[in-house]
Amino acid sequence: MRGLGSPFQLCVLLCSFALCGYAGVRLLDGDWVLIALWFVGAAVIHDLVLLPLYAGVDRGLVKGAGRRRAWVNYVRVPCALSGLLLLVWFPLISGRVSERYAGVAGQSADGFLGRWLVITAVLFGGSAVVFAWRVGRGRRASG
Amino acid sequence: MARSLLRTPPARGPFAPDFWRSPLRGIRFTAVLGVVLLVGITILFVTGLLSYAAYNPDLARVNDMTPGKGLLGFYLFSWPTDPPWLYRLTQGVHVTLGLALVPVLLAKLWSVVPRLFTLPPARSLTHALERISLLLLVGGALFEFVTGILNVQLDYVFPGSFYPLHFYGAWVFFGAFLAHVVLKAPVAFRNLRAMREGSGEPGDEPDELAAPRPDRPTVSRRGAFGLVGGASLLLFATSAGRSFDGPLRETAVLTPHGGPEPGGGPGGFQINKTAAYVGVRAGETSEEAWRLTVAGRSGTARLSRADLLGLPLHSADLPIACVEGWSTSDQWWRGVRLRDLAALVGHDEPVDVLVESLQRRGPFRRAALRANQVEDPRSLLALFVNGEELTLDHGYPARIIVPAAPGVLNTKWVERLTFGEV
Repeated sequence: MRGLGSPFQLCVLLCSFALCGYAGVRLLDGDWVLIALWFVGAAVIHDLVLLPLYAGVDRGLVKGAGRRRAWVNYVRVPCALSGLLLLVWFPLISGRVSERYAGVAGQSADGFLGRWLVITAVLFGGSAVVFAWRVGRGRRASG
Repeated sequence: MARSLLRTPPARGPFAPDFWRSPLRGIRFTAVLGVVLLVGITILFVTGLLSYAAYNPDLARVNDMTPGKGLLGFYLFSWPTDPPWLYRLTQGVHVTLGLALVPVLLAKLWSVVPRLFTLPPARSLTHALERISLLLLVGGALFEFVTGILNVQLDYVFPGSFYPLHFYGAWVFFGAFLAHVVLKAPVAFRNLRAMREGSGEPGDEPDELAAPRPDRPTVSRRGAFGLVGGASLLLFATSAGRSFDGPLRETAVLTPHGGPEPGGGPGGFQINKTAAYVGVRAGETSEEAWRLTVAGRSGTARLSRADLLGLPLHSADLPIACVEGWSTSDQWWRGVRLRDLAALVGHDEPVDVLVESLQRRGPFRRAALRANQVEDPRSLLALFVNGEELTLDHGYPARIIVPAAPGVLNTKWVERLTFGEV
């Protein structure tokens, strides 16, 4: 580590830390260990667990496809979209808040898993249809 | 610091530059996502601050979930009652836009992840501070998105009350966000300009995000943007409908308070909290048991529902809009004006009111309304909705309805109104 670096950047960062610190003291007023753990843990779990996980799955998919690399996106896109919906709506889809949701909103939470599966099926089905159509068109063009 | 120690072993694993192979990464890819987030997060922050102000936290202790806010409440103002759909709009935008930005945020973080593994970890004091600032930026962004997304699904696993966590967390994040924008936005805009002018790859500055030994592409940059945009659109399309009624709400298939309405008839619109959930029993709300206490300057009145029906009744078409981002279109409410009830106990001038509910649980069992809200002729102690008596879940025997107020301030099962002292 050498020297200070850019004085302009230093000044911007120190001003920013003043605001972060002022709010941070208030954020941590409570179960501060757990709150700090959530704050930092969110970044750590994303960068060191979630991202390597989906990047690894993607790399595996591309490797597994071998010479048929052009086909990868017909699996990759529905996987990514369906996985994203699962990630965002996990509490409802998994049913872990079903009881509370029914009590609070007076509505059943049983349909979320089914609807997510339907959307997933539509995504993969749609992808398969587009794929089949493109392959068919390619064959006609070359044949 | 001992430089020789940091230099000797060759960088391995993710620290080695050629570990990262995606040909998509590059400052232009990041710049586009960054500018989308710059606009989107600014809107999220502003609508979030508006939602905080909508609770009138500076009016009364009972409204204030963040009494230690200090200077962070500098901008607070009396929340208006016009337009009556104001909170419906600002909070619908806040939550729906937040959901739609999830894929953009994830793609942005993916595009810069190699920078996490730079060696040496800090080149200078400023560089070390910048990396700490980036931890606050990334941690803050994820903390805000995660707490918000969990809260709209009623999954209260976060460590404390949602209001202070999401509010103070937003300010910590915004502090780091401001620094990041000041330091990086000029580069991002320069790159966007170069892209628009159609020059090939960046020539004048080295692309520190691009992979030095990229794999053969499996998707074009345009295709990757298409995936991110498509993912945003999918989240938008499966959420936005819950700000509307009927067939549009049914399109919000994966979102709480989306799908079909709860039951039919005049009371068949979205319920925030059912009577059973907050511990209100039908026995306490019966004609014989329930009395409304109205207190003010000239004394205290106890009114039965029949007494209230003897007062002048007025109508107002007003929506219900929740902090969780869902809302209903206008319902036709009928009841006694709050300002008439204030006049009943000696307040002819605009006055604040403390509203207390029969409900046993929930953070806003007691809530204060400001004089401008009490004064509005559309602000009612409602007894009817859509031409029928209120249902128990919508607040029978009497509930508050105030234009543009957040859902929880429209207190249900009201048992006491105290004018003048909040």
